Amino acid sequence: MTTAREPVPMPRPRAGRERIVGRGLIYLGATLLALFILLPIYLITVSAFTPRENAFDFPHSLIPTAVSTDTILFFINASGVIDSFWRSVIVALITLALSLLIGAPAGYAIARYAFRGRSGYRLVVLSTRAFPIVILAIPLAVTYRLWGIDDTVIGVAFMHTALALPFTVLITSSVFVSVPRELEEAAQTLGCTPLQAFLRVSLPLALPGLAAAAIFTWVLSWNDVFAAVILTLRNPTLPAKILAALTQSPIYFQFAAGFVMLIPSVVVIFVIRRYLLGLWGRVVK
Amino acid sequence: MTTRLGWAPYALLLPSLLFLAVFFAAPMVQAFGLALQAPDGTFGLTSIERMLGDARFRSAVATTIALVVLVIPIQFALAMSMALVINARLKGQGLWLYIYALPLGISELAAGIVWVSIFTQSGWLNSILMGIGLIDSPITWQSAETPWLLIMCVVVAEAWRATSIIMIILVAGLQSIPREFLEAADVYGATTWQKIRRVVLPMLRPSLQVALILRTILAFQVFATVIALAGSGLNVLAGEAQRWATDIDNDHVAAAYAGLILLLSLLSTILFIVMLPTREEHQA
Repeated sequence: MTTAREPVPMPRPRAGRERIVGRGLIYLGATLLALFILLPIYLITVSAFTPRENAFDFPHSLIPTAVSTDTILFFINASGVIDSFWRSVIVALITLALSLLIGAPAGYAIARYAFRGRSGYRLVVLSTRAFPIVILAIPLAVTYRLWGIDDTVIGVAFMHTALALPFTVLITSSVFVSVPRELEEAAQTLGCTPLQAFLRVSLPLALPGLAAAAIFTWVLSWNDVFAAVILTLRNPTLPAKILAALTQSPIYFQFAAGFVMLIPSVVVIFVIRRYLLGLWGRVVK
Repeated sequence: MTTRLGWAPYALLLPSLLFLAVFFAAPMVQAFGLALQAPDGTFGLTSIERMLGDARFRSAVATTIALVVLVIPIQFALAMSMALVINARLKGQGLWLYIYALPLGISELAAGIVWVSIFTQSGWLNSILMGIGLIDSPITWQSAETPWLLIMCVVVAEAWRATSIIMIILVAGLQSIPREFLEAADVYGATTWQKIRRVVLPMLRPSLQVALILRTILAFQVFATVIALAGSGLNVLAGEAQRWATDIDNDHVAAAYAGLILLLSLLSTILFIVMLPTREEHQA
């Protein structure tokens, strides 16, 4: 410890060996954390590509001995799986389209205009995240029966849009904030209408960010199981179908199902990896 | 420009407000209406009494709270470690971030199944433990007779699945801490631990608060991970809401459970705002 009398020491570069050891420890920790995330993904992949007759072999070998698509094909050909797969894809696409169509204009408005009620609107959108999603599905199921859209793809998509909309608004607003407003104004001084300036200048620049937001919306919908279970009966989405089948299905069916649900998520996060911090970090503030 | 198009922002907001009114605000209100009604439509506390008197009610409350209390600290410790790794700017920083963020896109159900492949009797955990000679015969991790083991299975699966969202929020928070602050601490000879305690944590407070609130609200809704790993071995609140809505076909008791989840979420939010006031709230 230095006392106050002594001169403040100059910033000293830490001793080389100490620094290397410290760095090495960080790499070690980083690797252990990465293994914790990656190992289970590897293991479910091996399980999903293990032939059905080997599913109960014990102990398993970490390096797969027999690889086949037998288990995956068994899952895909199980009754109702293909139908529910396409239903999930369609619900997620409708959700994506609806939330962009409804949410992006609002995101643009709070990014570009200073107007009365702007912070109030932001507060409303932010506060929706303090409400558990669970509470929406049950009353909506009752309403849907009145409207005659119970057990339908569009009903589930409406509910997923309600979940995704706050994210879409906040994400698209942060995307539009990052597109300089001056460019749009310059286009207007050169004779563009506000709409033209938006379509020809801001939109193309915002497109990658908007695409990332859209993909994230898609995965929100693809992953939902609770709302889908409540809102569907004979026409389940893929997660609802799998959840209902869990208790009666052999374990290798589950492994294939887990793997098939996992794949889009891994791909999606890879595609939007550069936007992750922007998507979430700025949304938070 | 703003004056010329004074109505424009409102026109742009209107669709989203209408949609949220119909598909968010209305069902929220309706949920309370449902919970305060008996199946025959008369108002009263019948449905709430049925929930309170249900044989599974106590265990559902206890298990849900136990999961929240166990999972959240583990997730924060993991997320903080990951965020500090990202902030240390290792080689291949983008790759580390991608790996840690991977579970962000993975659903509750898929995560549950992934860990079933690990915890099941002929699964990976027992295979590995046998392989390194720690056990002679496989251990039953998932049995209704050992609920604590079941809870631990769910805790591990949830820590794996839902840590990344906290990590992302903390990384964004860390990046907003000016580098000069840490350099100044270096100049005065602060150890890494002192830097974390005296500089990083205080400046990270707003991010920590947001992450805590968000993650706790989500944790109270834990559902598919529990069903995948524990089946009927564990009861949780969201699971009971689903059971009453679909299996028993009583939307009123289901709504009562959903209302209880909302109540717990709001209480935890208030608790975190009081416990971790950020600077603006101090002044207010």
